Amino acid sequence: MNRDPEPQAAAGTREPLAADSPHPRPVHSDLDPAGPFRSSRRRLLGGAAGSLLLAGIAEKLARGGTAVREDPGRPRSVILLWLEGGNSQLETFDPHPGTKIGGEVKGIATSVGGVEFSDTLPQAAEQLHRATLVRSMIGDEGDHERAVYQIKSGFRPAPALVHPSIGAVLCHADPEVSDLPRHISIVPGGHPARGGYLGQTFDAFKVGDPASPVPDVKSRVDDERYRRRVGDLLRVVEPGFARGRIADLERTRTLHATATKAAMRLMSSEQLAAFHVADEPRAEREAFGDTAFGRGCLAAARLVEAGVRCVEVTLGGWDSHVSNHSLQSAACEPLDPALASLLRRLADRDLLDTTLVVCGGEFGRTPRINVAEGRDHWPHGFSTLLAGGPFRRGHVHGATASEVVPGDDPSRGVSEPVTVADLHATILAGFGIDPSHEIETPIGRPMKRSEGNVIRSLLRT
Amino acid sequence: MSPPRDASGLTKTLRWAWFIALIAAAFAYLTAGLSPLGETFSLHPFAAVEADATAVKGDDTDQFEGGDAEREDRRLLGSSGAPLPAGKNRVPAENDTGWSEWGDAGLAEAIATVDQAWADDLAERGLRPAERADWLQVCRRLSLALVGSGMSLEEIRELEALPEADRERRHLENLLRDPRFHDYWAERWTRRMVGADEGPFLVYRQRRFRVWLRERFAENERYDRIVRRLINAKGLWTDRPEVNFWTVTFDSGDGQPDPERLAARSARVFLGLRIDCLQCHDDFLGNVSLGSVDDPRPGLQSDFHQFAAFFSAARFDGLQGIRGRDVDYKTQYLGSDEEVSVEAAVPYQPELLPDRGSPRAKLARWMTHPENRQAARAAVSQIAALMFGRPIGHGVDDLPLGMPGPVLLDRLADRLIEDGYDLRQLIRTIAGSAPFRVSSVAEFPIDGKHEAAFAVFPLSRLRPEQVAGCIVQASRVKRLDHDSAFILQLQKLGATGDFVRRFGDLGEDEYVTDGVTVSQRLVMLNGTLIDESTEWNPILNASSHLAMFARDDAHAVELAYLSVLNRYPTERERTHFTSRLSEAERRNEALEDLFWVLMNSSEFAWNH
Repeated sequence: MNRDPEPQAAAGTREPLAADSPHPRPVHSDLDPAGPFRSSRRRLLGGAAGSLLLAGIAEKLARGGTAVREDPGRPRSVILLWLEGGNSQLETFDPHPGTKIGGEVKGIATSVGGVEFSDTLPQAAEQLHRATLVRSMIGDEGDHERAVYQIKSGFRPAPALVHPSIGAVLCHADPEVSDLPRHISIVPGGHPARGGYLGQTFDAFKVGDPASPVPDVKSRVDDERYRRRVGDLLRVVEPGFARGRIADLERTRTLHATATKAAMRLMSSEQLAAFHVADEPRAEREAFGDTAFGRGCLAAARLVEAGVRCVEVTLGGWDSHVSNHSLQSAACEPLDPALASLLRRLADRDLLDTTLVVCGGEFGRTPRINVAEGRDHWPHGFSTLLAGGPFRRGHVHGATASEVVPGDDPSRGVSEPVTVADLHATILAGFGIDPSHEIETPIGRPMKRSEGNVIRSLLRT
Repeated sequence: MSPPRDASGLTKTLRWAWFIALIAAAFAYLTAGLSPLGETFSLHPFAAVEADATAVKGDDTDQFEGGDAEREDRRLLGSSGAPLPAGKNRVPAENDTGWSEWGDAGLAEAIATVDQAWADDLAERGLRPAERADWLQVCRRLSLALVGSGMSLEEIRELEALPEADRERRHLENLLRDPRFHDYWAERWTRRMVGADEGPFLVYRQRRFRVWLRERFAENERYDRIVRRLINAKGLWTDRPEVNFWTVTFDSGDGQPDPERLAARSARVFLGLRIDCLQCHDDFLGNVSLGSVDDPRPGLQSDFHQFAAFFSAARFDGLQGIRGRDVDYKTQYLGSDEEVSVEAAVPYQPELLPDRGSPRAKLARWMTHPENRQAARAAVSQIAALMFGRPIGHGVDDLPLGMPGPVLLDRLADRLIEDGYDLRQLIRTIAGSAPFRVSSVAEFPIDGKHEAAFAVFPLSRLRPEQVAGCIVQASRVKRLDHDSAFILQLQKLGATGDFVRRFGDLGEDEYVTDGVTVSQRLVMLNGTLIDESTEWNPILNASSHLAMFARDDAHAVELAYLSVLNRYPTERERTHFTSRLSEAERRNEALEDLFWVLMNSSEFAWNH
C-alpha cells in the first residue's frame, strides 16, 4: 500500500487538510494588485495567467514521479456519458430478445461477432469493436441519489465524509494548469460530479447546452468599467481587509486574488472556443444529433482535444417505471448518434487511445416487467460501456441470465460480476494511478482512492 | 327600454369595480412590506428604549414628502448616519455588555465564567487577545450566525438610535425573535440531523421535518426535549414530522429504518463522536475512544453495533408509521463466520441508562441525562459552530470522549446543563462572551494559534446560502424578512436557489476551510444575482436608492459600505470612492460599480 499522508498540491487548488494543520495552502502567484492594470483586460489577464502557470509548473516539477503525462500515448482524458435515471440494460447494451424478460426489444448485430445490442442503438452497435462492454455490473444501492453517489465516487454514501467523483480523483492525481477548467459537467443533471473531500476546487465546472453561451465567463459591463472595477477591488478594498489580519491571508486562507485572476484568465482564453460547437461543420453537428446531449458530446470531444481531463455529459429520461420500452427507446434516440459519432471522431483524430469514454447510469432496470409495463431499479446486474483509453477493444465481460433465476440472491445468474468499486479501481489503474494510494481527508481519516480490485482482464496489455 | 340598459350598465360598473378591487388587493398583497412598519419595534422587548427609537423614526419621517416607501428610504438613507468620531467605536477594556442592567444577572455571571476561562486559557498559552471588535462588527456576526445574512441599512439605523452599550444586546434579542432565525437554524439543523439529500420517495418529507424544527426554535423548546422526541419518534412521517429522522434511512434497507445509519448519525450529532469506522472493525488508529469517560479505551466494533441495536427497536408498520418494538439486531463481526444477535448497550456511562422503559425511551433518556456531559458538549459544539462559523475544536462532531477541552466548549456545556438546555440562553452566553466579541484584527502578528484559541475572532468563509443571503440583503435598504412583500420573498428564494446551484451546494459539509474557487469567483464576477442586485432599479435596489437620495457623494459611499459590508469606510476608501462618484459621467453607474466591488470583496464573503 502506498500511503502518502501529505500529498502534493495541485496548482490553483488546495490539498486535503491534515488534521492538525488546518490551513496549509500552496503558493500560487504573485499577488501584487497594482501590477497589471495599465493596459487592456486581455493583457492584464495574461500577466496573471503567466504567474499562475509558472507556479503550476513548479508545483508539478516538485511532485516528481506522481504525474503520468510524460508518455503522450498514456490515457489522459475521460468522457463520462452519464445516463441519469438508470438506463435499462435490456433495452440498450444487454438485450435478451424473445425471452420472457426481454420485452418488446429486438437485437441488432454489433461490430463484434456474436454480440448484439438493442435495436435502439444501431449506430453505437457499429462501434463496439472500439470498446469493452461490462454486462455484469453489481451495485449496492437501489435509490437514485445513493446509487449516483456510489457509481460516481466508487463508495457507498458515508455520513461523515463526501467522497470525490472519479473525475475529481483523476484531476487530483494529475495536476495541470490550463486556461480551461479541467473537470467539466455539460448539461448537468441533479448530481453533477463533485470534489468531495478533495475540495470544491475539484467540483466539475457546470455548463448548460453548448448552444447557449458558457455561463459567467463574459463581463456584464464594458472593458473599461470592468478594468476599473477589478482595479478598485484588488488595489483598494482587498489590501484593507488583509491589514492586521492573520499572516499571509491570501495564500493561507482566501485565495481570493489568485482565483480572481485565474477566473479572468479563463474569461479571455481563446480555448473557450472549445465550447463553441457552432464552429463545427454542419455535417459533423448533424452526425452528433441536434440535441443538447449531442451538442454536449461534440463539445466534450472538442474539450478533450483542447486538453481537458474529465468531461461529463448528462442525458436524462431513463427512469422508466411505466412504459419502459417507449421511454427507453426515446432516450436512446439522442444517445445513439452522439455515442457513435463521439467514438468515431476520437478514433479519426487518434485520440481514442488517450481518451476513455464511459457510458452508463447509476443502475439498470429489473428483468421483470411490472404491471405498468415499466421496469424498476436494478443494481444487481447491469451494463457499462468503456470505450477507448486503456480498455480492451471489442471485448465483452460478464453476462446476465436470460430469465429470472429463483433464489434469494438478486444477482444470481450474473457471471463474472464487477462491483462498482472494482470498476473504479480498474479505471484508475488503467490511467496509471494507484487505486490503493491513501489520501489524508479533512477529518483525519486516510482514504484509498478506491477500495476495489483491479480487473486486469478488462485492460489492454 | 331604458331600465334594462341601466341595469346592464350597473352590472358592468360593478364588474369593473370588482375587477379593479381584486387587482388592487393583489397589488397590495404583493407589495405589503414596502411601506414602513410602524409596529416593528413593538414586537420586541425593552419598551422604554422602543419608545425612544420610534420617536426618532417619527421625527425623521415628518421631514419628507412623497410616498411611504420613498419616505422610508429617505429616512433610512438620510438619518443621523454620520461616521462615529474616532474612538467612539472603541470598546472599553472590560466586557461591559450590560447584561445585568437588562435584568439577567444569571446570564452576566455565565458570561463572566466563560470569559474568565477564556482569559486563563490564553494566559496559559502565552497568547495576547486582540482588542474588542466594534458593535457593528459584532452585530454582523450575529446576523450571519442567526439569520444567514448581513444587516440591512434599516437595522443599522435602528440600532444607531440606541445607546451604544445596548445595541448588540438589542440586535441579538431582535434576531432571536425573528422568524428568519427560526427558518435559518431549522435549515442548518435539518442538514445535520437528516442530511441534505432528497431522501427516499414518499416516506420522507424533509420540508415537514424542517418546519417542525422551525417551530421548535420559534418556541425555544428545550434542546434535550427535541432530542428525546427525535429518538423516540412514533407515528406517520406526515403527521409526526420528527419521524422523518427515521424514515430518511429507508432507502438503504428493506423499507425499514436502518439502525447502522441512525446510530452513526446519532453518535455524531447528539454525542459528538465519530464511530462510523467501528461499523467494520475495531479502532486501530487511536481515533475513537469509548467505554469510560474517565478512562477511555479504544473503540470496538461491538460498541458500534450494540449502540446500533437500540435503533432496531423501531419498525415501520404501514399506515401506523413507525412503531416501537423490542431490540432485534444481528451482525457478523470481522473475522467471524456467522451472524450473532447483539444486545443494545450504550458506548459509555452505562450507569446513566434507565432500568425501565422501551429501548428507545431509555436511549433518549440516557442521551439527555444531565450527567451525560459528552452529549451537552456535542450540542454546544453544533451551536458554537453556527455562531462562530467554524467548530470550536477540531471538528463539529469530533469530540474525543474523556479528552477535556477546548476550554470554551467545556464551560459552555456546563452552562447549557445548568440553564436547563435553554438554547437561546446558550446563544446569549456565546454572543456576550469575549471570544465572540474580540476583533479579527490585531496590532500584533496573528497566526493559526491565535485563531484556534479565539485570541482573535477566527475567519471563516460564508456558506453559499449565506453569500446569496448577503447579496440579496445588501441590495435592499430595508430588512428582507417575513414582513417583506411576498414578491420580494419569492424573488429572494428563487435567486438564492439559482445562486447556490451555480456556486456549489455544500450539502452536509457545513464548515469548509477551502479558499474560493475559480468557478465561484466567476459566479461573483459575472453572475446574474450580483448583476441584478446592483443594476439600476429605482424600485428595489439600494444602489439606485442611494443614487437618488444620498445627500452627497461621500454620504453615498458611506451608505454603500454600511449596506454591503456593514461598516463605515476608512478614510482612504471614502476619499477614493467619493472621487470615483464625483468624476463619473454617470453617477448611478459609479454606484453600481461600488456595490459590485464591495460584493466581490473577500471581506464580504467571509465572517470576520
